[in-house]
Amino acid sequence: MPDEIKTTAATGAPVATSVPASDADYYTIGEEINDAKANTDLPIAEVWPDRQFHAKLVNPANRRKMTIVIVGTGLAGAAAAASLGEAGYNVLNFCYQDSPRRAHSIAAQGGINAAKNYKNDNDSTFRLFYDTVKGGDYRARETNVYRLAAVSANIIDQCVAQGVPFAREYGGLLDTRSFGGVQVQRTFYARGQTGQQLLIGAYQALERQIAAGTVKMYPRHEMLEVIVKDGKARGIVARDMVTGEVTPHTGDAVVLATGGYGNVFFLSTNAMGCNVTATWRAHRKGAYFGNPCFTQIHPTCIPVHGENQSKLTLMSESLRNDGRIWVPKKVEDCDKDPRQIPEEDRDYYLERIYPSFGNLVPRDIASRQAKNMCDEGRGVGPMVKETDEDGNTRQVRRGVYLDFSDAISRLGKGGVEAKYGNLFDMYKQITSDDPYEVPMRIYPAVHYTMGGVWVDYDLQTTIPGLFVAGEANFSDHGANRLGASALMQGLADGYFVLPNTINDYLADNHPGQLPDDDPAVAEAVSTTNERIQKLLSIKGSRTVDSFHKELGNIMWEYCGMARSEEGLKKAIGLIRELREEFWRDVNVLGEAEDLNQTLERAGRVVDFFELGELMCIDALHRRESCGGHFRVEHQTEEGEALRHDDEFTYVAAWEWAGEGAKPVLHKEPLVYKAIELKQRSYK
Amino acid sequence: MKLTLKIWRQARGAQQGKLVDYEVDGVSEDMSFLEMLDLLNEELTVKGEEPVAFDSDCREGICGMCGVVINGTPHGRGNSPVPTTTCQLHMRSFSDGDTITIEPWKAEPFPVVKDLVVDRTAFDRIIQAGGFISVNTGSAPDAHSVPAPKLKADIAFDNATCIGCGACVAACPNASAMLFTSAKVTHLANLPQGQPERYLRVKNMVGQHDAEGFGNCSNIGECAAVCPKGIPLESISQLNRDLISSLFRKDGFKG
Ligand SMILES: Cc1cc2nc3c(=O)[nH]c(=O)nc-3n(C[C@H](O)[C@H](O)[C@H](O)COP(=O)(O)OP(=O)(O)OC[C@H]3O[C@@H](n4cnc5c(N)ncnc54)[C@H](O)[C@@H]3O)c2cc1C
Ligand code: FES
Repeated sequence: MPDEIKTTAATGAPVATSVPASDADYYTIGEEINDAKANTDLPIAEVWPDRQFHAKLVNPANRRKMTIVIVGTGLAGAAAAASLGEAGYNVLNFCYQDSPRRAHSIAAQGGINAAKNYKNDNDSTFRLFYDTVKGGDYRARETNVYRLAAVSANIIDQCVAQGVPFAREYGGLLDTRSFGGVQVQRTFYARGQTGQQLLIGAYQALERQIAAGTVKMYPRHEMLEVIVKDGKARGIVARDMVTGEVTPHTGDAVVLATGGYGNVFFLSTNAMGCNVTATWRAHRKGAYFGNPCFTQIHPTCIPVHGENQSKLTLMSESLRNDGRIWVPKKVEDCDKDPRQIPEEDRDYYLERIYPSFGNLVPRDIASRQAKNMCDEGRGVGPMVKETDEDGNTRQVRRGVYLDFSDAISRLGKGGVEAKYGNLFDMYKQITSDDPYEVPMRIYPAVHYTMGGVWVDYDLQTTIPGLFVAGEANFSDHGANRLGASALMQGLADGYFVLPNTINDYLADNHPGQLPDDDPAVAEAVSTTNERIQKLLSIKGSRTVDSFHKELGNIMWEYCGMARSEEGLKKAIGLIRELREEFWRDVNVLGEAEDLNQTLERAGRVVDFFELGELMCIDALHRRESCGGHFRVEHQTEEGEALRHDDEFTYVAAWEWAGEGAKPVLHKEPLVYKAIELKQRSYK
Repeated sequence: MKLTLKIWRQARGAQQGKLVDYEVDGVSEDMSFLEMLDLLNEELTVKGEEPVAFDSDCREGICGMCGVVINGTPHGRGNSPVPTTTCQLHMRSFSDGDTITIEPWKAEPFPVVKDLVVDRTAFDRIIQAGGFISVNTGSAPDAHSVPAPKLKADIAFDNATCIGCGACVAACPNASAMLFTSAKVTHLANLPQGQPERYLRVKNMVGQHDAEGFGNCSNIGECAAVCPKGIPLESISQLNRDLISSLFRKDGFKG
C-alpha cells in the first residue's frame, strides 16, 4: 500500500499516515510468563503468610552492610525508605523535587480504603478484595489484591500512630465514608487532603531515619539510568539537577517507586514533573512493562480553558454523591445560561441510561458518556480548538454540567457548604464562576495509570534485584482503579510488602557497592551523558513543550477514552514521525552543568515518545473493552464495554527488543480461584 | 492582556542578580500565574534566550513547591482576593498594561539557586530535629485503641495543612520560620500520639530553627497574612507555651 502523505496541523511537516496492517508488523509473541513466588495451591488467605514465612531473612547485623537504592519519595518510596531504614539497611533515597514531602502523592484528595469494618456494615478483607478485583474488570492478579486488602487495616493503624489527622467523630474515633460507588463505608479521609496527610506522615518517618543516619536523601536528583551487571540491578545513574553532575549510586538492590506516566498525555491531573523515565529506562534494560494501555480517565475535572493550559485540576469524586450531571437536550441551548434552560430541556443522561446507579456509575462509564455527549455537539462551556483525524481543526465544547441546585434546595446552601465548601472555593478560584449560583462544568481528564512495570508477588521485576512499588508497577488494579485504592497500594507496598520480600533477594545477593570504574557503571554513566549532550546539540527550532503537547494530542485523540484499530495504527505512525522530528528539530537551550529545566523536560519527553508508541501497540493488540480501555469495535448493542475473557484474561507483559525493533509480548495468564469471573453491570 | 514583567535573574552560584524587563502579550485571564510564565518561557526559547527558572509541581496549591514574591508579597497575596499559592493565583487578578515585579523568596537561610529558585532544605532539617512521632513500621496498636477528642484533632488538622512553601519566612522582616515550626509543633502536640516526645520535640525543633539562621519571631504577623493555608498566629503562642513548659519538665531535656 503506498504511503499517503498528510501534514500535521501544528507544523505542516509531512506525516506518513498509512501504516502496516497486520499485528505481526507491530510486535512479536514471546513465551508465557508466570509469577512463581505466590503459592496459589493454598487458600487465598494463606498465600501471604506463607510467603512471609518462606522468604529468607537477613540478620540485623548484616543489614547494615547492605545498601538499597530507592528512587521516589511518594507514599510508596517514602514508606519503603523509612521502613527499610528502620530495619537497619543502608538506604539511598532520591526524588526530583526540592524536598521529599512534595511527591505527587500529596495531591490525592478523596481518601484511602481499609477493611476495618469499624462501621459494622459487613465489610471484610474478602469484600475489599472482591470489590477491587471486580472493579478492575478481572485484569488484576488475585493473590496481590488479596494481600493488599489484608494489609489495608495495618496501614490505618500505622498512620494514626504517626499522627496522621484522619477525620474523627465526636467520640474521638475515626470517621469513614463510602466512596466510588461502594456500598460499605470503608474510606478513611482527612478532609479533601488525604494524600497530603498520609504523605506527611511517611515523610516524617523518613526524616526521622535521615536524622538517624540510616537513610541518605538526595533531593533534586533525577534518576536517568539503571545499572545492570551480570543480569542484576546494581544501582542507578542520577543527575544532580542543580549542578548538572551525573553520578552513579550503587548498592545491593534497587527500588523504583516513581509514580505513574499519565503525563504522556501532556494535560492530566498529575503534577508537572511526573514522568516515565525511571521505569522506561528500566524497561529498556530488561524489565517487562505490564498493560501500558490501561489509563484511568477521571470524570470530574475542571475542563480545559485554553491552549496555554499546563494541567487539569481534579474535583473530588465525592461531588457526584449530590451533584446531578446533565447537558442540554438541544444543541442550540448549549451556549445559553444554564439557569435559563427549563427542566424538560435538560438531559440527565447518566440517570437516564443507568437508572440504578445514576450519577454514581464507575469512572470509566461516567467519562465515556460525557465524551459522547460532547461529541454529539451537546457539550457546554467555551469552544476549544481541536485537531481531528484528518488534521483539520474544529471547535467543540468540552464540558457537561454538574448541578447542585437540587442539593441546595434539599440541604440548604449551608448544608452543601459544610460538605463541599473547600471544593466549591477551589472551583471558583480557578474558573471565577460561583458554583452555588451556576452549575459547575466538568470534563474527564487523564488521572492514573494502571499499567506499569511487571512485577512478581515479591514486587521484583524481570531484572533480579530491581523492585518496583506503588503506581509505577502494574499489579493491583487491573483495567480500572477504584477510588481510594491507589493510596492504599502505595503504602501497602512501601510499609508492608517490600520490607517482607526484598530480604529474600538480599539474603542470597549482597555483592555491595560497585566501584565507579566498573564497566557496567561506566557504560551507564556514559550513555546518560551522551543522551544529554545529544539533546543540547540539536539546537533546532521547536520548543520541548510544543512536542510534548503534540504527542499528548495524538495520545488523547487515539489512545484516550475510546480506541479503534484504525486510529491506533494511525497514532503509531504519527508518533514515529513526531519523534523523528523531535530528534532533528528540538531546541534545548542552556548547559548541562547548570540547573536546566528545559533539559529536564526534554529527557522526559524522549521517554514518553517510546512509551506512547508501546501504549498504542498494547491497546491495538487487546481486542476487547475493559475498564479504562474501550475499543469501539468491542461494545454491546447498548454501547457498553464488551470484555472477551476467553481470549484476554491475561496481563500483557512487554519486553524491549531494542531500538527500532518490535516489542515482544509475553502473556501472564490470570487465574481466578478465590473469585468467580463475572461481567460488570451498572444498569 | 499585555504585561511588563520585571523578573529577578541570577545565574547559579552568583552572589548577585538583577531585575530584567520582559514584555509578554496574549495573556488570558483564565491562565494561572505560572502558565503566564510558561508562555514567556516559550517565547524566550524561540528567541534563543534562556528561559526563567522557577519551581512548581502540583500546580494545584498543595505540594508547596512553587512560590515567588509578586509585587512585593509572597505568592502575590497583595493581588489576590483570597489566600493563595502562586500556582493558584490567576491572571484575572491583574489588568492589561500592568507591570509586575517577580522575585525569589528572600531570606538568608533560603539561598537563591538560580533565578526564582531557592533552596529550602533548612525546613527538612527542622523536621529531622523532631517533627515526627517515633513509631516503627509494624508496631502500631489498633487505630481505635487511642481515641482523640474531635476538637483537638481539628486543631491538629488545621496545623497539619502547612505545605512548607516558605512564604512565612519570605514575608517576615526577621526571616523567622516560626510559623512553619509552630504548625508542626501544634499539629503533634494536640494528638495523644504526640505526647511522649512533646516537650523534647519543641526544644529540638526550635534549636534547629535557630541554628539554620532563621530570625526570631517579634509578633509582626506578616507570616500568617500570606500563609496560603491559613496557619494562625495562635500556633506560635502554642509553641511558646510548650517551649517554656519544656524548661521546667524533665521530659524537656535530652538524656
Ligand atoms: C489529583 C489526584 C487525586 C488523587 N486522589 C486519590 C485518592 O483520593 N485516593 C487514592 O487512593 N488515590 C488517589 N490518587 C492517586 C494517588 O495519589 C497516586 O496513585 C499515588 O499517590 C502514587 O504514589 P507513588 O508513591 O506510587 O508515586 P508518587 O507519589 O507519584 O511519587 C513518585 C516519586 O518518584 C520521584 N521520581 C519520579 N521519577 C523520578 C526520577 N526519574 N528520578 C528521581 N525521582 C523520581 C518523585 O520525585 C516522587 O518522589 C490521586 C491522584 C491525583 C493526581
Ligand atoms: S505548584 Fe504545588 S503548591 Fe504550587
